[in-house]
This record gives sequence, structure tokens and C-alpha cells, in this order.
Amino acid sequence: MSYTELRAGFIPLVDAAPLIVAKELGFAEEEGLTLTLRRAPSWSTLRDMLVLGQIEAAHMLAPLPVAMGLGLGGMARRIDVLAVTSTNGNVIGVSTAVAHALRDAHAPLEFGNALTAGRALIGLGRPLRIGVPFPFSMHAELLHYWLAALGMPATQSLDIRTVPPPLMAAAIAAHEIDAFCVGEPWGSIAVDTGVGELLLPTSAIRSSAPEKVLAVRQGWADAEPRLAGRLMRAVWRACRWLGNASNRITTAEILRQPAYLGVSAEIIDRALSGRLVTRSDGLEQDVPGFMDFFGPGATFPWKSQAAWIGGQLAARTGTDRAMAISAARDVFRTDLYRRHLRDTGAEFPLADDKIEGAVAAPTAVPAITGTMILSPDRFFDGRIFGPSAEI
Amino acid sequence: MPNTLSIVIIEKECARAQLIVEALSAEASYHVQVISDFTGLRESIAACNPDVVLIDLTNPSRDILEELTMASSPLERPVAMFVDQSETMLTQQAVDAGVSAYVVNGLQPDRIRPVLDAAIARFHLFHRLRAELDATKRALEERKVIDRAKAILIRSRNMTEDDAYALLRKTAMDKGRRIADVAEALITAASMLR
Repeated sequence: MSYTELRAGFIPLVDAAPLIVAKELGFAEEEGLTLTLRRAPSWSTLRDMLVLGQIEAAHMLAPLPVAMGLGLGGMARRIDVLAVTSTNGNVIGVSTAVAHALRDAHAPLEFGNALTAGRALIGLGRPLRIGVPFPFSMHAELLHYWLAALGMPATQSLDIRTVPPPLMAAAIAAHEIDAFCVGEPWGSIAVDTGVGELLLPTSAIRSSAPEKVLAVRQGWADAEPRLAGRLMRAVWRACRWLGNASNRITTAEILRQPAYLGVSAEIIDRALSGRLVTRSDGLEQDVPGFMDFFGPGATFPWKSQAAWIGGQLAARTGTDRAMAISAARDVFRTDLYRRHLRDTGAEFPLADDKIEGAVAAPTAVPAITGTMILSPDRFFDGRIFGPSAEI
Repeated sequence: MPNTLSIVIIEKECARAQLIVEALSAEASYHVQVISDFTGLRESIAACNPDVVLIDLTNPSRDILEELTMASSPLERPVAMFVDQSETMLTQQAVDAGVSAYVVNGLQPDRIRPVLDAAIARFHLFHRLRAELDATKRALEERKVIDRAKAILIRSRNMTEDDAYALLRKTAMDKGRRIADVAEALITAASMLR
């Protein structure tokens, strides 16, 4: 069998695991692919590498391709989303000073309660500077959603600014930011360096938020259907493998290598197991579903997910809402997912849309083969969003 | 005579910043500033009020510039990465060289082109200089290792220096490895037997 080389880029994060596992455990090889992985120093550089043809595929923040579809950001090109590769997995933390202020002003803070934590933060009555990895990220979307839903006047007192994850702990230490929302391992590293405390996993704001996606240049998957199919199947199988809890230790061992994350397996395992150390004195919290790679409907690139992101971005940037939603929907390629994963055993919903935020408990929905069970998906304030507009 | 173009270079490495400054300063119509401290980068950029920002692609702080592409930035002058459709080749060359340019919207492409050309040339030059430096350092390092391995052979097997080197070279050839690797292995083994 002859192998075709395919280049894919990633950012050193725990949720880059699907591409890394696809290569390391031979899922790519099984599809006749030699996957060459390139680590990128920043999201904008990863995007440019993809758009300008230095790589064929990338692990990407779900809102980034949607923002590009809306014409936002530094690179005026389009990319396609082939699958969702992870759900949730970010943490919100505050500086030690803010943590003390919260404790002085309120009763003991309950970790993981979006309502009380948000009210307590707003109750401090001071402007908040919050670091996020990128302006177009689920981190930024969920922070805006969370604090706006609790009535924080967005423009005057909320300053959500970009801080590269490796510099997040330093930015907190230097008082450049008061809080952060970041993907693992960087939140845990802020805790371990003693500069911050964790307040919430982002799953407390929305229980099933699409986090990272498999992205390719617009048109590439249509021009190279066989290659795209092989890549999609390899990554999907890697996600399925990652969804098996007994593979956790192996995963941490693979990811900790210097070429990938280069941090200790113990820190990586916190995210994979959902057992977070939230304070530098070692306090541990269990977060079921902290970061998920697999589940029924979890890897499917629902058009309604793209529409939700598009709607939020439109509201924030003053873009026309209907146009933004329509452009966003085009970015998530359910057609390619249905075509290329047909023979893998993947489940397909009948519809390309679901009501976002409407699944309170595991729910059966019509699928190509009978039914499939969707995992719970709720916003902390109980709002729901229809396929193309807010309900 | 066009107005002076204000250029900011975001670069931690003094040597590289200096190379680009030299290349651009020759042009009287450029005002060049360097930011090498990335704390409070947004504010530093806003204070310089630049027309063009040049940044190394390997710098993680580059993502901060993306924020400035949104109109609500403190700069309040929307910027864009330099990717004019007609200039794809130039952008490609820039990315290959490892530099990216953000320009304030409305700036004529013909004014940014010479800036970017100069930056690309200097980035290439810098890579080449650094590669040469690394190669020299490595060679020096390897010579030291080989000398230590020779010393071990001379001491423990009563060899002459030439014979010691010949043995290292022969072993390397037989094993299909580099002399420096064989020397390294010998030093490690010797330290364990001591």
C-alpha cells in the first residue's frame, strides 16, 4: 500500500489529541496516510499556514472558521469545518487578589456554579479584564454570553482581551488581567505557579459547547474527496478511541512528549479525567464531562452550532444577523461528514440542525439508523436557540 | 512626497530587530520603532500609532494583533493583515520567511510592498546567519566531545591520539553512526564504569 503524505497543524493543547492520536496510534496509517504534524505558535499563524497551503488540515477553535466566513479577522479567506473534534475543556480562573476579594465579599465560593460565580464577580463592582486565547474562540463567546446574561454592562466594565495561553499565568502575575478563560493545560499551570485560582469549567456555562474542529481550506475537500475522506475517518476513529476512558493514561503519555505538549503527564491527566486542582493548596474538584472527544452527535458538525456562533459574533460586531447566520451555516460541512463517514459506524442524525441548549437529559432523536441519543446540552440560564434564529 | 510611514517592529531578538531597522532606516520616509517587551503590547502599539506592524510568525503574541482587526480595539484604526488578493505571492513569501505584516486599512499596497520586501529579505538573512551560527556551535561542541572520548581511550588503552581517533572513526563507520555519537556513548559508558 502506498502512503500519501498529509500535513496537519495543531496548537499544543490537550484537545489537539485527535490529530496526534490519529498519527501516533496508526489510525492515519490504516487509511494510507502519512500524517505529518506541525506545531504552530499561535492561532493566526496556524490559520495562515492552512490558508496559504503549508498544511492541508488543522485543529482549530470552532468560532474561528465561522468568523472567517463572516469576513472577520486578519485573513480574508474561507475554510471548511469537516467535524467537531472536542467538546468543552476550558476553565475560567481569577487572580489570587480577585479570589480573596470574592471570598471577603461573599460566602465560600462554590466551584462550578456559573450563576453564583458570575454574580459574585459582577458584585465586586469593578471593571474586569479577562484574558482569552483568541478573539474568535468559544472562550470569548461563552464569557460574553455568561456575563451579559447576568446583566453585566458589556462595553464599560468588561474588557475581554487576547493573551496567548503560554503567557496567561504571566499576565495574571503582572496584573495585566484579573481573570482568564483558557484551555488546558494552561489553567492548571496558572494554579500550579500560584498566581490564580479556578472558578468554573466552561461546561458550567454551557454543558456541551463545540470546542475544536477539524478544518481545511475551502474547496480542498471537494477537490480531494478521497484524501479528505481518509483524513476524516482517521480523525473520527482517533476521537472514538479517545472517548474510551481506559485509554486516558496512554493519551497523557503520548501528549506529554516534547514534540507535542511538553508538560507533565499528571497535568494533562487533570483535563482528561476531569479532576481539576483548583487552588495552589491542592484542592481538587471533579468535573464530569470536563473535556469530551466522543459521544453520539458530538463529532457531527451541526449547522445549528455554526448558526449560534454566527449569531453571537454578529451581535458583537454589528454584522447583519441573517447574513451572518447563513454564512456561518455554510462553513460546517454536514454533507461531507455524511458522505465520508458512512461506512465507519458513525451515527448520523436525520437533520442538520438541532435546537441549541434544549437537551436537559439524554434524549433520543431520529437518526439514519433508528435513533441516536444526544448528550445533555444546556445553557446555565436555560435559554434555547432555534436552527436559524433565536426562539 | 508621501507622508512619513510609521512602522512598528515587534521583535524580542535584538539582532533581528536591528537588521530590519537598518534595512528600513535607509529610507527617509520611514519612521521605525521596535517593541521588544510584550507586556502591555496592545497599549504599546496604540501609543506608537503605526501604519504598519511587522511581527515574527513564531511569536505567540501575534494573536494579540488579531484583536486589532476588530473595529472596537483601543487603536480605533482598523487594521488588516496584508493579504491583498493581488498580492498573494508576496504574502506567501512573507509567511515562508516567517514574518507577517498588519497594515492600517486604506494604506496603498504600493507603499507597503517595499517595506515587506525589505523585511522578507532580512528575515531570510537572519535565518541564514543563525543557521551558520548553530552549525558552528554544534561543530565546536562535537569536537569537545570527541576530544574527551579520545582522552579516555588514550588513558585506558594506552593508545596514541591518532589511533584513538582511528578507532572512534572505524567504530562509527561499522555501526553506521556519527563519530560524535560514538564518542558521546563512550563517555557515558566510561562514567558508568568508573
